Amino acid sequence: MNSAIHNIQLEQVKKAFNQGQDNEFWAIRGIDLTIQLHSATVLKGPSGSGKTTLLSMIGCLSRPTSGRISLGEKRLSGLPERFMTSIRQSTFGFIFQQFNLIDGLTVLENIMLPAYPLGLDFAELEQSARQLLHQFGLANKASSKVEWLSGGEKQRCAICRALINDPEILIADEPTANLDSKLSEEFMQMIDGLKSTGKTILLTSHDPLVYESPIIDRVIGIRDGLLED
Amino acid sequence: MNHFFQKQRYLIDFTLASLKRRPGKNLSLLLVYTMIVFLLASVMLFTHALRTEAGIILQDSPEIILQKMQAGRHALIPAAYLEKIGHIRGVVSKHGRLWGYFYDPAVKSNYTLMVPSERKLKNNEIVIGATIAKTRGLGTGDILAFRSADGRPFSFRVKDILSTESELVSADLILLNESTYRNFFNIQEGYYTDLALSVRNPNELRKIAEKLVVKLPDTRPILREEILRTYDAIFNWRQGIVFVLLSGAVLAFVIFAWDKASGLSAEERKEIGVLKAIGWETSDVLRMKFWEGSIISLSAFLLGYLAAYTHVFYASAALFEPILKGWAVLYPDFHPLPFVDGLQVATLFFFTVFPYTVATIIPIWRAAITDPDTVMR
Repeated sequence: MNSAIHNIQLEQVKKAFNQGQDNEFWAIRGIDLTIQLHSATVLKGPSGSGKTTLLSMIGCLSRPTSGRISLGEKRLSGLPERFMTSIRQSTFGFIFQQFNLIDGLTVLENIMLPAYPLGLDFAELEQSARQLLHQFGLANKASSKVEWLSGGEKQRCAICRALINDPEILIADEPTANLDSKLSEEFMQMIDGLKSTGKTILLTSHDPLVYESPIIDRVIGIRDGLLED
Repeated sequence: MNHFFQKQRYLIDFTLASLKRRPGKNLSLLLVYTMIVFLLASVMLFTHALRTEAGIILQDSPEIILQKMQAGRHALIPAAYLEKIGHIRGVVSKHGRLWGYFYDPAVKSNYTLMVPSERKLKNNEIVIGATIAKTRGLGTGDILAFRSADGRPFSFRVKDILSTESELVSADLILLNESTYRNFFNIQEGYYTDLALSVRNPNELRKIAEKLVVKLPDTRPILREEILRTYDAIFNWRQGIVFVLLSGAVLAFVIFAWDKASGLSAEERKEIGVLKAIGWETSDVLRMKFWEGSIISLSAFLLGYLAAYTHVFYASAALFEPILKGWAVLYPDFHPLPFVDGLQVATLFFFTVFPYTVATIIPIWRAAITDPDTVMR
């Protein structure tokens, strides 16, 4: 979508929760990192290492307590909320660990949801959503409620939702945590397909099936809020 | 511009889908909300209707009524006072009136006996209100017997029954001629219950009333506008009583609405976080929730108001009749003229829809301005 983006740059990024209180906790304690675009990167680390927090800051879902995050020439960490939303909308597609689909809505409605604020023509939007459903083997589930889907179907639905606005960067948090081995392999094949279209893929995982996959260009270790050597 | 309208359409579609996703919660809220609007609107419509009706009725009443006072009590007024009033400037006409209350132990209620000025009746003939006819099971030609002032049995023959259209004023009314009235109440010639005066210029009413008191110091003039004010005060007081009685229900609704508004469920908070994470702006979320609150509150307002309108104007306000209407034991069948008062609708709207919408929006705004990651955690 935006070909002017060169890379994602993090400089001395720190993130604290409950800052100034008794239970203050530093999830990220000073990270310098550059992520190349059009590549597949995995943030690898045990639970509580800070990889999800780092991912959410890169994806503009939260702000660092200090430090700087840039997307090409754009400094994300200092942007007002309105511009953060705009970048989130146009640049990033998210696949959450628990999928975070909205129960009670159909598969098609869930997929179209990120595009509603753009006010696109309904016929065009529906066509795009149906193309994605077809591409990811969910064409026959378009009218099903998402709560009726299997784990693998839910994840494919979440991928379709992440792609509806044609984002430059796809972010997935522990994407195989709720899948069996077969579905995990299928997921990695889908990621391979997306990577081949030029998308930047950024994943968190502590699943060897993900970080040892040949599809992955770079694995970054993270522990206790710091990068591993 | 097209994008703007398309976006609103998407937001409304999503809002409707959201409402359908929580049918139990939203239907119960709608029901309670509708009930509150119904109760408040019923009271407002009914008291307003009574007030309007009283005003219409009093339009035809005399502008000044003059009563004689004796030891602070209302006493019979001598006909000679009509002469004493003489030629006060501005008084167009004056005449004596005969009327009084009679307690009927058979139905434990008071009747108003009155000598009409425009209707000619023979001795012992009466015309009665529809409610008396109904309560006592009387028809034209039947006999109604009371004990007179001196304890004699006194029989009246029902000549006619007053039309039900005027029932609010005529429910407990018995019309009879002057001779029968004097005979029944044992009032000698030359005395009236009070005197009725009409004036040429309504602006001079107070001045004429002052002159009357100077000329006849043992009398009390009562102006029509004072009676209207008294009615107004009575209906306002009754309305206030009902509002106090309803305050429990209103309070329950406020707590219910506040709980719903301030206590966003974990599921709702997470949904707001997800919507923001996938690209919705804070304003989109607020707009969507605004539509949600508006749909519920406007539906409840419309349904409640329509139900109240039907209740008051087509079912005689059956729920509040005894409190709001009951100044007599004989409750007239009262069918007020349907009306819609813009100011009243606006007042009710302001006190029901507006607080709910604000109370709903504030916690959503709080959730929507927080980072999506924090809201979803």
